[in-house]
Amino acid sequence: MAVIRDVMPAFELLQPASTADALSLLGRYGSDAWILAGGLDSFDWLKDRIKRPRYVVDLSGIDELKGVRERNGGIEIGAMTSLTDVVRHPIVRQRYGILMEAAEAAASPQIRNQGTIGGNVSQDTRCWYYRSGWSCYRAGGNICYADTPESINREHAILGADRCVAVNPSDTAPALITLDASMVIRSASGDDRVLDAEDYFIGPGTDITRMTALRPGELLTAIRIPGDWAGANFYFEKVRDRQVWDFALVSVASAMVTSGEMIQNMRLVVNAVAARPLRLVQVEQFVKGKARNEATADAAGDMAIEGAQPLRFNAYKVPLMRNLVKRAIRGVGEWATS
Amino acid sequence: MGYFLTFGHSPWGQQILTHVSWNLLWASLFAGLTFLVAHASYMVLSAHRKRHPDETDAMEAARPDLPPRIKRHSGTARAFHWVMAASMFTLLLTAFLPIAGVKFAWVQWHWMAGLLLTTSILFHVIHASFFMDFWSIWVGPKDVPELKAEIMRELGHDIPGPKPGKYPLGNRLYHLALVVVGLSVIASGLTMMVRIRTPLFPRNPYLFADSTWGFVYVTHGMAGVALVGLVIAHIYFAVRPEKWWITKAMIVGWITRRQYLEHHDPHRWVIADTNHGVTEARR
Repeated sequence: MAVIRDVMPAFELLQPASTADALSLLGRYGSDAWILAGGLDSFDWLKDRIKRPRYVVDLSGIDELKGVRERNGGIEIGAMTSLTDVVRHPIVRQRYGILMEAAEAAASPQIRNQGTIGGNVSQDTRCWYYRSGWSCYRAGGNICYADTPESINREHAILGADRCVAVNPSDTAPALITLDASMVIRSASGDDRVLDAEDYFIGPGTDITRMTALRPGELLTAIRIPGDWAGANFYFEKVRDRQVWDFALVSVASAMVTSGEMIQNMRLVVNAVAARPLRLVQVEQFVKGKARNEATADAAGDMAIEGAQPLRFNAYKVPLMRNLVKRAIRGVGEWATS
Repeated sequence: MGYFLTFGHSPWGQQILTHVSWNLLWASLFAGLTFLVAHASYMVLSAHRKRHPDETDAMEAARPDLPPRIKRHSGTARAFHWVMAASMFTLLLTAFLPIAGVKFAWVQWHWMAGLLLTTSILFHVIHASFFMDFWSIWVGPKDVPELKAEIMRELGHDIPGPKPGKYPLGNRLYHLALVVVGLSVIASGLTMMVRIRTPLFPRNPYLFADSTWGFVYVTHGMAGVALVGLVIAHIYFAVRPEKWWITKAMIVGWITRRQYLEHHDPHRWVIADTNHGVTEARR
């Protein structure tokens, strides 16, 4: 964690009261504008004086971006809905338990009260070399300080690295991808789009300076979750160094539909192993139609880690990820295999 | 300085060179397009000297010994050219489309195309050194009279002076520029591959000091943006109506006797063997 270097630097604080106003401001100031949701990621950047935006657009006063609504058999969650409100919402608890678990695993109660689901999925990586302000690839430079022989890279990527080895820190992201959610993005230019959650997150190969598909002038306004996977057999596990207020070393989220002992369908996502949450499509295909047992779990775990390239200090993530995938296949309660 | 180069800070707080500023990409693009418009306007409006068809008819009548088709590029040379072109386009597109806002995973395609370009150029160097007329493409002091004559012709004067050998002076100057820029981009690009993950060799980000890496990145960037302008110029000349016969020769391999006599100096590009329909030519 970077040392707080100073008090908040000067910027112009803009506090729109509607989405339209926010979009207008984002359109006007483009890449000079910084979107402030709960502030948990933003304030680190600003107080460390690593990011120096001229304009900060504070979304906290926009009520239309808050709340959980039913929509077309699923739900729509406003991007400014706090993680606590997500966790406590009865529909989320009843039908999308995996999202409740994931949101509840984020940080601490105080942070969940302040942090928003939009902020949680859009937050920047926690690579300390990058957040210390060094000129690494992600900061526009030409080196990854975390991928050198002496780097402290215990928390970094084992998959999907492309020059940068940072990982995505979001807890709710893998759950949302598992639920086949889509992200509603609005733009000042009117070029609104709805992206699959899977495509919302981008790796360094595609754009090394960003974690999401959000472009300057765009705003994530809502997250839609269809009813397709509501009430499925969910599994979420986040392994971290301490049980509260910590980022995942590896997390796994899955939704499974079974028929007797047979796995009919499954979505499986891991996070904190790459710069974007990784949906393990190959594993999903492999387990489909197979018995939910230890043999399937073993094979799925081995398949999941194919291609993993650990760094000097994070080789432990490989067996950790394999075991989490195995556990996701085994499931919990009556479904757990021995 | 920030307009041309970008700087960062090392962990020790030192200012280090990181990249060229991508403003230069737009500058190169602008320069290339401006040249294109300026040249096209000049060609439309100027009094540059064009040989009258009667003159060429007379030259053709005087050389009935020449075959109707004259071989200009061997199949191998043409294959090299098009492989190099494909790899160059891939390199430029993978390098600059993401900067222009088209985002995709470009690094792997970029270095693979770079290796293809490197291999093709190594092949070309060997092929040109041992199987082609090596010196026919280079420029030197001996070409000054031709340069003067070309300038005078462009200004509308009827100069009987030296005509080009196998390659027009513009071709040779372009080749020279491409050698300098191409070798810079290849040397720096191969060096930069040491910093990324490839199946070819282990990464070594510490091969050079930060400042040296900065120089390598800047060299690569400078050469890259220069190539944008050079490629625009190349394509422009390739599709110009009065140059199309040269482009066609790079596709089919030969030019006509008339084109040979009209545009070349038979004393500088001597036909070695006139016993075959398609004839190999020597300088």
